[in-house]
Amino acid sequence: MSLAKRIIPCLDVDNGRVVKGVKFVDIRDAGDPVEIARRYDKEGADEITFLDITATHHDRDTMVHVVEQVASEVFIPLTVGGGIRTLENIRRMLNAGADKVGINSAAVFRPEFVREAAERFGSQCIVVAIDAKKVSQPGETARWEIFTHGGRKSTGIDAVEWARKMTDYGAGEILLTSMDRDGTRIGFDLPLTRAIGEAVPVPVIASGGVGNLEHLVDGIIDGKADAVLAASIFHFAEYTIQQAKEYMAGRGIEVRL
Amino acid sequence: MASVAVIDYGMGNLHSIAKALQHADPSCDVRVVSAPEAIASSDRVIFPGVGAIRDCMHALKETGLTSLITEVAKTKPFLGICLGMQALLTDNEENGHTETLNIIPGHVVRFSENLHDSEGNNLKVPHMGWNRVHQTPHPLWANIPQNSRFYFVHSYYAKPDDSMVVTGTSEYPDTFACALARNNIFAVQFHPEKSQTAGLQLLKNFLHWDGES
Repeated sequence: MSLAKRIIPCLDVDNGRVVKGVKFVDIRDAGDPVEIARRYDKEGADEITFLDITATHHDRDTMVHVVEQVASEVFIPLTVGGGIRTLENIRRMLNAGADKVGINSAAVFRPEFVREAAERFGSQCIVVAIDAKKVSQPGETARWEIFTHGGRKSTGIDAVEWARKMTDYGAGEILLTSMDRDGTRIGFDLPLTRAIGEAVPVPVIASGGVGNLEHLVDGIIDGKADAVLAASIFHFAEYTIQQAKEYMAGRGIEVRL
Repeated sequence: MASVAVIDYGMGNLHSIAKALQHADPSCDVRVVSAPEAIASSDRVIFPGVGAIRDCMHALKETGLTSLITEVAKTKPFLGICLGMQALLTDNEENGHTETLNIIPGHVVRFSENLHDSEGNNLKVPHMGWNRVHQTPHPLWANIPQNSRFYFVHSYYAKPDDSMVVTGTSEYPDTFACALARNNIFAVQFHPEKSQTAGLQLLKNFLHWDGES
């Protein structure tokens, strides 16, 4: 086998600046998205994901410009998520140079949107982002549900069933974030990652909780993820992407070096 | 100044390709065009495409470009990318059965269900990410190390009738053709415009290629 497991740094962008919150509060400024994207590309990132964490129209325009600038000098796949609600939002991001868009709340609100988006633009560019939280009690069979609004609102939808439904509707990839782990730096929710990965035919990106390089290895080997996404460990230069890849390669994982 | 036409028939992200071409060779005159005369008057042609093959063939018919593409594929240095490669073959399993341009005889088929790697792990479809490409000699591989990785995203792959047209292969888990070449045509399943250094080099090679293999 020679398909590499992917490492995807994620940039949370608020009004044109990269920030990283811990459990969606306590936001720290980490810099200029174009500059950071350039650095990640040099270090060997396999893709870059931008998450637009603001929702005003003005900031939406800022995001389009960020994508345009990055896409004119960084030649790896770019994904943009956050606030993607209409086919027009998608068209704009793709025209700006994004290769994929992440759809989250809009899919929960109206699942048909995912089908329409996949039919119009192709499944290859439709990533459904799932924010899941464990709802089962200790001792019960593990169960997770979908949450929206940055993990604040429960929907009552089972995460595994939802992932299956979204791929039936045309999602080409699933970006799975554990809301229990996001920002905690204690590692991915591995049972969740494995459960979703086994349920869907498309690639799964594990997200939420990475605090060290061993967590990335766990996500691939124990979580069976096809790609791992992390933000803070790369933003504050604790590790370079190159270091992460070398570490993973040392643990027998195929990566692009 | 040499010019290259990126054919715009409404299928795919042409800006990425145009930007990558400009980056690969700033002296090149890159035109994202749909007008037949603009395509016909360019020195080189890139035929891109993402999405579903039925929509791709439909878009070609709507824009009236089918015969022009067949024509320039005989005469100019011609690079097919992703769906722009698949469309060159005879037919495609996607959307039931879709007839394509039959410029390179052969079929396009889907990866089978239930693929596994040597350790028994499930392989996902689409085949998405960076995979190694094994080259056989061609000018477009110049200065690209053997077995370099390129970025792929696809669920269908080409099975040309004549194995002599295969100039690049990958494994998922079985070997499949990911680059085809015949005379002035070069066609790739992967996305050179998204494959960083190796991809930019391939585009640069294309911009300097005289169409002789």
